This record gives sequence, C-alpha cells and structure tokens, in this order.
Amino acid sequence: MKKGIIVSLALTLVLAFAGCGKGSDADVKSEGVMTHAEYIDAALDTEVVVETYVQAKQSWWDNKATLYTQDKDGAYFIYNVACSQEDYDKLLPGTKIQVKGYKAEFSGEIEIADGTFKIMDGNYVAPITDVTSLLGTDELFDHQNEFVAFKGMTVEAAGQDADGNDVAFLYNWDGSGQDGNDLYFNVSLNGETYTFTVESYLCDNTTDVYAAVKNLKIGDVIDMEGYLYWYEGVNPHITAVTVK
Amino acid sequence: MRKLFKSLLLTMLLVGTLALTACHGSTGMEAFVLPQEFDTAKNYEITFWAKNDTNKAQTMVYKKAIEDFEALYPNIRVNLKLYTDYGRIYNDVITNIATGTTPNVCITYPDHIATYLSGNNVVVPLDELFADAKYGFGGNELLYDAPSMEEMIPQFLKECAFDNHHYAIPFMRSTEACYINKTYVEALGYTLPETLTWDFIWEVSEAATAKDAEGNYTLNNQKVMIPFIYKSTDNMMIQALRQQNAGYSTSEGEIEIFNDNTKDFLYTIAGHAKTGAFSTFKISSYPANFLNAGQCVFAIDSTAGATWMGTDAPLSDISDEALVRFETEVMPIPQFDPKNPQMISQGPSICVFNKTDSQEVLASWLFAQYLLTNDVQIGYSMTEGYAPVTSKAQSSEAYQDYLSRMGEDNNTYYDVKIKATRLLLDNVDNTFVTPVFNGSASLRDAAGQMIEEVTKSVRRKTTVNEEYMEKLYDDISSLYHLNRIGPTFSSKADLGSLPTASVVLLATLAVVWLLIGAYALHSFRKNKKNH
Repeated sequence: MKKGIIVSLALTLVLAFAGCGKGSDADVKSEGVMTHAEYIDAALDTEVVVETYVQAKQSWWDNKATLYTQDKDGAYFIYNVACSQEDYDKLLPGTKIQVKGYKAEFSGEIEIADGTFKIMDGNYVAPITDVTSLLGTDELFDHQNEFVAFKGMTVEAAGQDADGNDVAFLYNWDGSGQDGNDLYFNVSLNGETYTFTVESYLCDNTTDVYAAVKNLKIGDVIDMEGYLYWYEGVNPHITAVTVK
Repeated sequence: MRKLFKSLLLTMLLVGTLALTACHGSTGMEAFVLPQEFDTAKNYEITFWAKNDTNKAQTMVYKKAIEDFEALYPNIRVNLKLYTDYGRIYNDVITNIATGTTPNVCITYPDHIATYLSGNNVVVPLDELFADAKYGFGGNELLYDAPSMEEMIPQFLKECAFDNHHYAIPFMRSTEACYINKTYVEALGYTLPETLTWDFIWEVSEAATAKDAEGNYTLNNQKVMIPFIYKSTDNMMIQALRQQNAGYSTSEGEIEIFNDNTKDFLYTIAGHAKTGAFSTFKISSYPANFLNAGQCVFAIDSTAGATWMGTDAPLSDISDEALVRFETEVMPIPQFDPKNPQMISQGPSICVFNKTDSQEVLASWLFAQYLLTNDVQIGYSMTEGYAPVTSKAQSSEAYQDYLSRMGEDNNTYYDVKIKATRLLLDNVDNTFVTPVFNGSASLRDAAGQMIEEVTKSVRRKTTVNEEYMEKLYDDISSLYHLNRIGPTFSSKADLGSLPTASVVLLATLAVVWLLIGAYALHSFRKNKKNH
C-alpha cells in the first residue's frame, strides 16, 4: 500500500513537471529573439524577430499569409508574411512560429510586414481577455491584436436600407457590398458607440459568427469575442457573437 | 501488383484528364459567331462581375441598371457579383478560365484582358458586334437608346483595342489628380504654380518636414506629417517615364523600363523618402486619411477617389476629432515638361466572355452595351470623379447641369469631385495609356514595386546606391518574370525551349496514352484467350 502511494505521488510529480514544462514553452525565447516588450519599444521600420503562436489565420494570397498571433505577453499581427500554401496549411491555432520582418504601422495598426517565418516546436493558445471596461480608454491600445472579449454591449443601427429603414449590420462599411463581404455593425456601451467588423477573410459567410451578425436586431444585448484590430481607431475583428 | 497497376493507371488517367481539361481551357472553344436574331423565346441567366470603389452609390447604379435592363429584356436575368479590387477580379477570372466558369460580363482592365487572351476564344472580340446593324452600337433592334459608334469617345474606345481587335468597351474613365492642402502650401510661403512640377512638389514637401524642439512638425503642430503621399506607385513611375519620353515598353511588349531615367527617378524618390517628405499608400495608408487629418500637403490619387478628399468630403475614414479644416485645391499630377503635360487614362472597361451558346453571348453583349446608355453613364459618373465614355452622355443636358452645379452641396455636387472630373474632361488630349500585351499587367506591378522597394529600403536605413539598383533591377525582373516577356500576340518570335512544367505535362500525357494502350491490348488478349 505504502509502495503504491509513493509510486502514485512520484507519478503525479513527474506529470506535474511535465505539464509545467509544456506550459513554459510559451515563455522560452530563442537567442536573438525579442520579448514582447522589446517589440513594442522597437521603432517603426526596424527589423524585428519574434517568437509567437498562431491564434488565427486571416488569409493566404499570392504566397503571403496574414496571421493573428500572440504569446503570453501580448499580440503580434503578421501581415503578408512570405508563406507557401503548404506551410499555411500547417499553421493551426497554437502553432509556434519565429517571424523575422519589419515593424510597420498602417492606419494605427502595428504589424510585422515583409517578413519570413519558420515553424518551431511549441504550442500555446492564448486565453481570452475581457476588455469591455477598457473601451474608450488609452489602455485598450496595450491589448492591440489580442484575443479579447466584449460583454453586454447593445446593438445599434448600422445604417439604413434602400427603403430608409434602420438595419443592424451593413455589407462593407457603407452597405456597398453583398453577402460574402465584410459585415459592419455598431455596438454601444455607456452611451458610446463603436464599429465592429466581421472580417470576411477571417470569418467568411459560412461561419457561425457571420450568420449570427446577419441575425442581429437593433437593441440586442450581445457578448463578443475577436481580435483587437485597429483601423483609424479600434476596429475589432469579431469571431463569435452570443445574443444574451 | 495488379492492384498497383490499376491504381497507377487511375492516377495517370486523372492527371491526364485534368491536363486535357486544362488544355481544353487554354486552347479554347469555338470562336463566337454572331446570331442573325436574338432569341427572345429562351431564357438566359448571365453573370456580371463588377468593381466598385467601396461606394454604395455605385452599387445602387449597378443594381438599377440591372433592374431596368431586365425590364426591357425579361428573358435575360443578370446576376451581380461585386468586387472592390481589380486584382481580385483578375485572379478569379484566371481561376475560372481553367474551369470554364468565367462570368459573362466583367469589369476589367485591358492589361488583364491581354492575359485572358492566352486561352483562345476566351474573350469575345467585339468588332463585329460593334458594327452589327441590329445589335451593334445604336443598333436598330436594341430596346434602349444606345450610343452610336461615333458617340463613343475615340481615345477611350481605342484603349480597348489590341492585337487588331477591340476586346472591351470603356465603361468609365478617370485619371490621377493631385489633391492639395492649399492652406499649408501658402503657410509655407509658396504659391501654387499654373502647372505643378515635380521640382515644386519636392521643394515644398521638404519644407514641410521642419520640426520644432519638441519633435512636432511646425506646419501642423502634430507628431505626424507625410508631405507627399502617392496612392498608385505604378502610375507614378509610368507617368514620370512618359513625361520624360523615357522607355517603359514597346507596343510589341519589349521591356524597356530598366533604364537610366527610371534609376534617376528612384534616386530622387529615395532622397525624399529618407527625409520623410514622401511615402506611399502601401507603406503608410490612404492619402485621403492623412490629407484630411492635416498630415499631408500633396495627396495623389485617382480622380475616382475625389469623394474622400478634403475637409468636407462626403466619404471619410477618420474621426471628426481628427479632421482638420483647410482649403483643397485639385490639380493635374506634377509634370517634368509643363508645356507638354502627360497623364494616365484609366478606369473600368467591360469585356464579354465567350460561351458555347452564341445566344448567351449576344445576351451578354446586350447587357454590356446597356451600361453605355445615358442613365447608367451619367448615374455612375456622378458617384465619383469619373467621366462618361460617350459624347452622348457628356453633352447631355442632365450631365451639363450636373457639372454646372459644382459646390451646391457636399454630396452630389461636391466641388472637389466635380473639379476632379473637369480635370479629366479638360485634359483628354493629354492622356495616354501603356501598351497592352500578355505580361503588361506584370510590368505595371513591377513599375510600382520599384518605388515601394526603394522607399521602404531607405526608411529601413538601407543604402540605395548603384549596387542596390543593380540588385533591385535583377530582383524585380525575376519576381515579375519580365525576362520571359517579349513580343506577343501574332508575332513569330522564337519562343525557345519548352518550360520544364510543359515538358513534364507532355511526357505525362504520352505515358498515359501508352498505359491506356497497354491496358487495352492486355484486355484484348485476355478476352481473346478466354474466348
């Protein structure tokens, strides 16, 4: 009996360490690789090297991929990194990659452009961060590109249809699109209204979130998940919507 | 072993079938033959791939045009697919040529059509349709008031002709304009000249980079200022070369862009990118956003982007808090030789894809031509700084009334938009287009990419010198396969040895047929033996 307990305890200890080891993969940076803080401090147009974990894939186009990535300290938006279709298919949520490119800014969105990458050993899926209370504050910018949640927001009119009736969403920013294009919708909290987007390359018209947004009604109170993208201000790319 | 043989044969047959399918697509279908009469007893469903500038007013014009056309021709149904990017249309068309699922009618650039033509009879040559007494321009059997051949603006129609045929009709035309924060130019102590020159723009842009002790730009008291931003760098290079009468390509498709004028222009750009006086859309974002936020002095963009430009622009992507009030001037792009101004002619054209049913093609042509009627031409041109492509529309009372009401409001009659349109109408004789050939789309991309590369390089502290330029020319030539582009269409140039992929394909086909033959022979002998 005693022997059994000792073996069990030893096994538990080994498993616990093994578990810690797996989790700590997310912390280990190779030599010459920047921490997230160093990346944030780096000047625009300088070369950056980061190790990060794919959270979602936005698009693959002309041998270039656009990725939402994150490590335990923060996020990195990887824009048009050189990528074969074969490598793109290997990228799954959690896949560790080392990216070498240049820090760039496009309409407020900080990103790594003109990069190359290699797949590494390691896996990490970032937990979601609720940033609802940060809306309208400068602190929100610190979470740019992270996987975030917004809770208890109210759907407002996004515009009007051809008959002048208020609608809850638009295809493209002004309603100039059609099914399959980006969806734009407005949500409010504490009297402030924000424009959120279902980015059609990230979530196309076959996804649940696309269908959910098309079913929204003005006045619905909703919870949302997505990536904290920026375009001339906060413009989250929403990946899940739940009507409360 | 037998299982392996079967599996191998199946695989080879699949490859062979796919290869033959691809070959079928590329060798094309039968040439279109114009039917004597349009069959109104049969229903046709056609697809129209259209491009808009992310502008709701434009999609409404398309939808109304379809509705009105369908009312005239109840047996033709038009399905609209909207794009906001010519590049996406181009890629989708190429993909669909391979599968035989091209749209019927498509908004496109002539450069792109040249690539589509690499498959025989994929795009319908329109000359016979133009001239047809019943269904051609102004044809007597048309159910709408179409322009006659004489009412098509000749320069615009000519832009759709290559390889001795018209493969498209123009839909709208635009050029580029320089949208200027005149308030800032004058604050810097300058007066806008009658004709903008490159020297003037560079000089003022450098003056606008001055900063105070706190690192704020003295001109706008902000942390951000990019005095000169160019949206389309391919146009920037193409126009600069044309203005200097320098090489770009011959009309036959010989590449001439890698010359000393190009290099000198790139050095100039590098110098001004280094000081922060110049940047591009691809690197920094939309010129309109910077202009309207008081962070740019000269923003060059299409006249079809005019509704985004200026303090009172009806379309805007920036917040009200970021918007700055200033006086907007609209001028032609800067010139090297002010006495001989040159500017690009651009804008959407329409092509008709071939189908096995010639009646379906005729239905497509009827719709394509409907897009040239006054209601559509005037309606669409009013959405942006576009010019109608017919004199019928341009001289109409409705269009003249529209132009005359410039500045009446900040929407339909927005002054910057109508100024931009007038800029083109006043300069039609100063516009040009680049030669169209299979590969001209790549050359255009390459022209812009050289500017993008040089600008990025100096921002990233890379030295731009002769060694850099040599490597840039090599890299760009290789990346865009410019070393493989040569005289095209009906030329009889020596094409050299077949590419490896083609050799492999042909060898595969040969092996497939051999295996089919072997299997057939084997089965024949076996059957004979059994009997």
